[in-house]
Amino acid sequence: MEESKKVYWKGIEQLANNPEFVKHAHEEFAQPGPEEDLGHSRRDFLKMMGFGVSAVALAACEAPVRKAIPYVNKPVEIDPSIANYYASTYTNGGDYCSIVVKTREGRPIKIDGNALSAVTKGGTSAQVEASLLSLYDNSRLTGPRGAAAEGKKREKLSWEDLDKQVGAKLSEIAGKGGQIRIVSNTILSPSTRAAIEKFKAKYPTTQVVQYDQSSAYGILKANEASFGKAFIPSYDFSKASVIVSVAADFLGSWISPIEFTKQYAITRDVSEEKREMSRHYQFESILSITGANADYRTQIKPSEEGAALVALYNLIASKAGKPTVSGGDDKIKNVAKAADDLWAARGKALVVAGSNDKSIQIIVNGINDLLSSYGTTIDVNLPVNYRQGDDAAMAAFVSEAEGGKIDGVIFYNCNPVYDHPEGEKLGAALKGIALTVSTGYKEEETGALVQYLAPDHHFLEAWNDAEPKLNHYSLGQPAITPIFKTRAAQETLLLWSGEANADYFEFVQSNWKTWFYKGTPDFQSFWDKALYDGILEVPTVSAAVVPTFAGDVNAAASTIASTPKSAGFELVIYESGNVGNGSQANNPLLQELPDPITKAVWDHYVTVSPKDAKDINFAESNTKYFTVTVEGKKPVKVPVLVQPGQTPGTIGIPVGYGRTKAGKVADGIGQNVYPLLATVNGSLSYTLNNVKFEKTNEDYQIAQTQTHNTYMGRETVVQETTLEKFQDKHWDRSFHPTVSTWADPKHKVAPGEVSIWKGHEYKDHHWGMAIDLNTCIGCGACVVACNVENNVSLVGREEVINRREMHWLRIDRYYSSDAKIDDWKGIEEAAENPEVVFQPMLCQHCNNAPCETVCPVAATTHSTEGLNQMTYNRCIGTRYCANNCPYKVRRFNWFKYHDNKQFETVNPAMNTDLGKMVLNPDVTVRSRGVMEKCSFCVQRIQSGKLTAKKERRPMQEDEVVTACQASCSTGAIVFGDINNPESKISKLLKIRPADPERPHRIDKITDNPRAYQVLEEIGVKPNIWYLTKVRNKDAAKA
Amino acid sequence: MSSDSRFVPLVLKTDTEPNMNRNFISSACKFLSLVFVFAFLSFTSNAQDISTEPAAISAGEALFNANCKACHRVKTQLVGPALQDVYNRAPSIDWIKSFVKNSSGVIASGDDYANKLYNQYNKTQMTAFSSFKDEDIMNILAYVKAETEKKEDAKKVPTPTPGQSDGGGVSSTYLNVILGGMLLILVLLLVILGFLVSALKRFLDQKELSEEDKEIVNSPITFGSVTRSSGFIFIVVFLCGSLGFKAVINGLYSVGVQQGYAPKQPIAFSHKIHAGQMEIDCKYCHVGVMKGKSATIPSVNICMNCHNQIKAGTQTGEGEIAKITAAWENKKPIEWVRIHNLPDLAYFNHSQHVNVAGVECQTCHGPIETMDVVRQHSLLTMGWCIDCHRKTDVNTKGNAYYDKLVELHNKSKKTPMKVEDEGGLECSKCHY
Repeated sequence: MEESKKVYWKGIEQLANNPEFVKHAHEEFAQPGPEEDLGHSRRDFLKMMGFGVSAVALAACEAPVRKAIPYVNKPVEIDPSIANYYASTYTNGGDYCSIVVKTREGRPIKIDGNALSAVTKGGTSAQVEASLLSLYDNSRLTGPRGAAAEGKKREKLSWEDLDKQVGAKLSEIAGKGGQIRIVSNTILSPSTRAAIEKFKAKYPTTQVVQYDQSSAYGILKANEASFGKAFIPSYDFSKASVIVSVAADFLGSWISPIEFTKQYAITRDVSEEKREMSRHYQFESILSITGANADYRTQIKPSEEGAALVALYNLIASKAGKPTVSGGDDKIKNVAKAADDLWAARGKALVVAGSNDKSIQIIVNGINDLLSSYGTTIDVNLPVNYRQGDDAAMAAFVSEAEGGKIDGVIFYNCNPVYDHPEGEKLGAALKGIALTVSTGYKEEETGALVQYLAPDHHFLEAWNDAEPKLNHYSLGQPAITPIFKTRAAQETLLLWSGEANADYFEFVQSNWKTWFYKGTPDFQSFWDKALYDGILEVPTVSAAVVPTFAGDVNAAASTIASTPKSAGFELVIYESGNVGNGSQANNPLLQELPDPITKAVWDHYVTVSPKDAKDINFAESNTKYFTVTVEGKKPVKVPVLVQPGQTPGTIGIPVGYGRTKAGKVADGIGQNVYPLLATVNGSLSYTLNNVKFEKTNEDYQIAQTQTHNTYMGRETVVQETTLEKFQDKHWDRSFHPTVSTWADPKHKVAPGEVSIWKGHEYKDHHWGMAIDLNTCIGCGACVVACNVENNVSLVGREEVINRREMHWLRIDRYYSSDAKIDDWKGIEEAAENPEVVFQPMLCQHCNNAPCETVCPVAATTHSTEGLNQMTYNRCIGTRYCANNCPYKVRRFNWFKYHDNKQFETVNPAMNTDLGKMVLNPDVTVRSRGVMEKCSFCVQRIQSGKLTAKKERRPMQEDEVVTACQASCSTGAIVFGDINNPESKISKLLKIRPADPERPHRIDKITDNPRAYQVLEEIGVKPNIWYLTKVRNKDAAKA
Repeated sequence: MSSDSRFVPLVLKTDTEPNMNRNFISSACKFLSLVFVFAFLSFTSNAQDISTEPAAISAGEALFNANCKACHRVKTQLVGPALQDVYNRAPSIDWIKSFVKNSSGVIASGDDYANKLYNQYNKTQMTAFSSFKDEDIMNILAYVKAETEKKEDAKKVPTPTPGQSDGGGVSSTYLNVILGGMLLILVLLLVILGFLVSALKRFLDQKELSEEDKEIVNSPITFGSVTRSSGFIFIVVFLCGSLGFKAVINGLYSVGVQQGYAPKQPIAFSHKIHAGQMEIDCKYCHVGVMKGKSATIPSVNICMNCHNQIKAGTQTGEGEIAKITAAWENKKPIEWVRIHNLPDLAYFNHSQHVNVAGVECQTCHGPIETMDVVRQHSLLTMGWCIDCHRKTDVNTKGNAYYDKLVELHNKSKKTPMKVEDEGGLECSKCHY
């Protein structure tokens, strides 16, 4: 390794090296709990005998009769066993993604990104990938519901009755001129807005109130002050060579993370031809996924965000010869350096801030104006429509509702009782409102308090459209017939506004005809094309004039300066990388996805810096509950999680937990922290001052995947360098392991050259994968995609604690430290703000696979295409293979996770009739007692080969795409045939056969200097290469 | 709310897959067809253009079998007219082309000949084969012409490829011969041993022996003494034990094997009539067989293509066909009993075998065209699969996918490439 002094460690326990950790570190699985210490009794033996005898008798009988039921009238486009793909649109409040839905026999089974979209460009996120399972959520509403009588269940209504009852109430309200409100998250759909307009036309007292869980109201207000219009511009990170983010988690949750991830990857990508990359500064309190990817990360407190930005403004203003403003703290580390870099890169620089404070955002606008970012990295003429929520309007609505001034309210697919800070007040006020309706597809906290439930379809069942960005349109089409008696919410609104034809499909279609259809060719062709593509992009007509910046930076700076400093702890409330804002919390795929940073699953926690947590016992995941008290709010009790990188004096709590009516999966996990949010300067503030943080004596164990499968300190796992070194054309990674041969101990050779194996020959294909550590941001979309594609079982909190999670693909998150391993003091200091490396780890498909040689029943074998095959029906569960796997990527089915009541809550996809519809019919559901692991999506390989064979042609390069690769927004994962010199992976790795005479042998040489293999020295010859991470840091620091 | 597909359907409402192998451009049609009578119309229309090339005829035969045969024969009238001489009696070759491509259009245009036909065949429309190219139709006509001109006696009823014999191993007659031989040897041994005993006895009688020894020599070999001897008991126990063990093992191997399974189906559908006597192509009904994993059991609409018209069967009369009509009218699917049940852990793809490898249906399903009630012909065990993968040559002809592989294979081996050589025995080819 190049900087061989550098030490990586996976968690606090490993760093502290406490005895408990050391004891278990070498074990793949935790010790079995007491409940499994099976002392079999004689009686058990007899029971088993009895069962055995009867089972044999049963098996000898005739197999059960199975039916084969064909269609009555087979639809033309559906062929059993052949997948269909539909372009559609994912919207969840203000979140957007253009998608392609894979369906089998009429059931959606996978979501992929739509590469045709100019907005998301084929990217997805963990939330989007997982939203598929929300379609099959068992807690969905099955039809409209009326009010519940005291202590009784809600009355089931027909849609006609609901329309009649609500219609009567609406006309009563209209008769007396009562006020009606439609409350919603950001509405991206122009047709939905049009439907609401129709409703407003019928009931003119109606007003629409939009709010967002993660509000960007501060940016809207700042832009109104700066440019005279409340809007959010388009940011283009791909054009920025210097990025400064002050607490903006733009790769995780800020504005449009999928879009930004795509753009960011472009600037972070390096190759021998392009030895350039952007430099990314991050100033933040919690360790966010964005901060984890930054080149320079500075720990600041939330109260210092303004000061850092004002300092940055002043430094740049003085360089530009413009007047400076008062205030600012240029002693904050890296501010001056960032200012120098920004100024040098003006025109290609971008500054963003996550704060929802108008004054801070005005300063950010000011800086971007000085740096000429407007017109280059920021496009003000291309406003986006995400996060249009109006905090002031929402606050006004709540107080009106409390004051009894509202007569009717319709909650359009939103849940403010849970996810708005005034939710509790609103919930109480709903009782006094004459008509309350919720259109959510689930009841949830808000729905539980309204009179009428008029459930909308899930987005995969519904027609819709979206306009994420000016002139960028997107169509959503149903990929399945509605499962339940639900009705499009827009249709509901149209019906209530007295439209004769309320069919929402026809409404969308006629809108598109009016808005976008230019008259040629015929409308049907236009519509078919839009539907096929899923998107429609209309060229922007107006000339790109950059408006002048007119923000009052002086006033903003003085507002910032007058912000009181915090006396106690400062609290950051943020969206975690798995459950996000909590709207999809009932999705077990997300609950079991390890948070990219904390690696916690199924748990809520408060993150605290190691410095502030000195008195907490560092035992593996074992912590204590702490109470977090915000002035004037109810105290919240959550377990503490020690998080390196967290600024001392600050704590962070993710939102999205503390659900009470989300469904079996999410209910009861953690606390709702939305009520802790405060309103500062008219907008919601996600950071709070003077927070009391007190230890309780209650113990808790957080389920974390973090310290599982440790590499025991081997240094050959992660390789990294700095851009400056990489820019030298003769750069080579300095770690090349060698081994001595018996003949001459002084003669060292590459480990692959010495082998007792004869080696394989891959005449047809040789599948391989390259993973670029430089562009992998650790988001976890691939993990969810892999779960969905391969029917991977979810096991729940307890089993994760027992280290029995089943994920085939995990993302190892390593912290680094510059200190030597024996320099304990040094390590401790670096641990305060570590560098982070994300490394996706999956079966390496070794050519000399250690697992294959130890299997007593040949259940894991090698294929002629380089795959390490796992045959479930052959496996007898000795687990020798897992024991012998150097990468610890094999997973054992400790239980029967399907058709087992015990796992019904955590794994509905294999235990409920509704959930089972999500399973991929081409992949076996594994049973108890067998081993499983990444198969390189062999079902996709086989299907790709078959397609080529059927068309009687050779396979095209890159015809097969694995699920993880398809989901990777940054393109960090490249899969392909390394026997084919034209494939993307061959070109990326610059791979060539070691012996040109025998090109089909396994031995291949890569000429990409960044390519290396994990644990190369053990000579297992994996088929996965990793590309060295490059940090754009000054060499001296590295 | 209608649901449009991403793939906007073609004009046809047929189960057509236009990208498929040309031979099977369309293996299904929606409406019954009819064609061209008017025998007295004698003027010829470019009939001499019809090719007599063997290539055109064989291409036409494949197309005819896959697309036309469900309703037409060359010499006999079926749902539609017999096609012999059609190129002479139809108004023109161009007329035939336009009629085949879009019969309803020709009828609607008011064409006399077409309307006459239409009325003559109970106003049943012929499916539009819009995906046919002109040359396809010419090839079919070439085949029809060749068949028309063929002498009656030369016509050979095509026999379906016989099924491959089950399992490997030695044939039973061979085994019987071996057993008989062994039995003969045993009898001979017994006779020899008898001679030996009497010779020894005679030898001992001539000697001076003690009383005890004499008793032993003279003790008679009785049935009781033999059965009580420990050697005999051991042999009997061993034999019984081995046979019992073998029977148990055999029994266990047959668990889950349903060879010969022939359940009663909700409709007494006979493959013997449809595939055997009517010679309807398998792919006409089993539309998925060239495309996907499952061959698919035909949906009711496919049955109705013909049974719209044919209301009475040759064996069962009207009762069974009425069930199809009832299913169609009540929109109630027919619940067939599944005969071939592979375990969920095994992935089998019909198109791989039928489309790519060109395996005949009968290879696995047996003489299906002779079965009134379908039964499971093959073992469908893994050993059975593997056996075939070991023996079968890969169908590489005309498939560019295999070009490189064949070249590499021929460099190292003399024998043709078997499925095994291509990795056909690997676990993850079927288990994932």
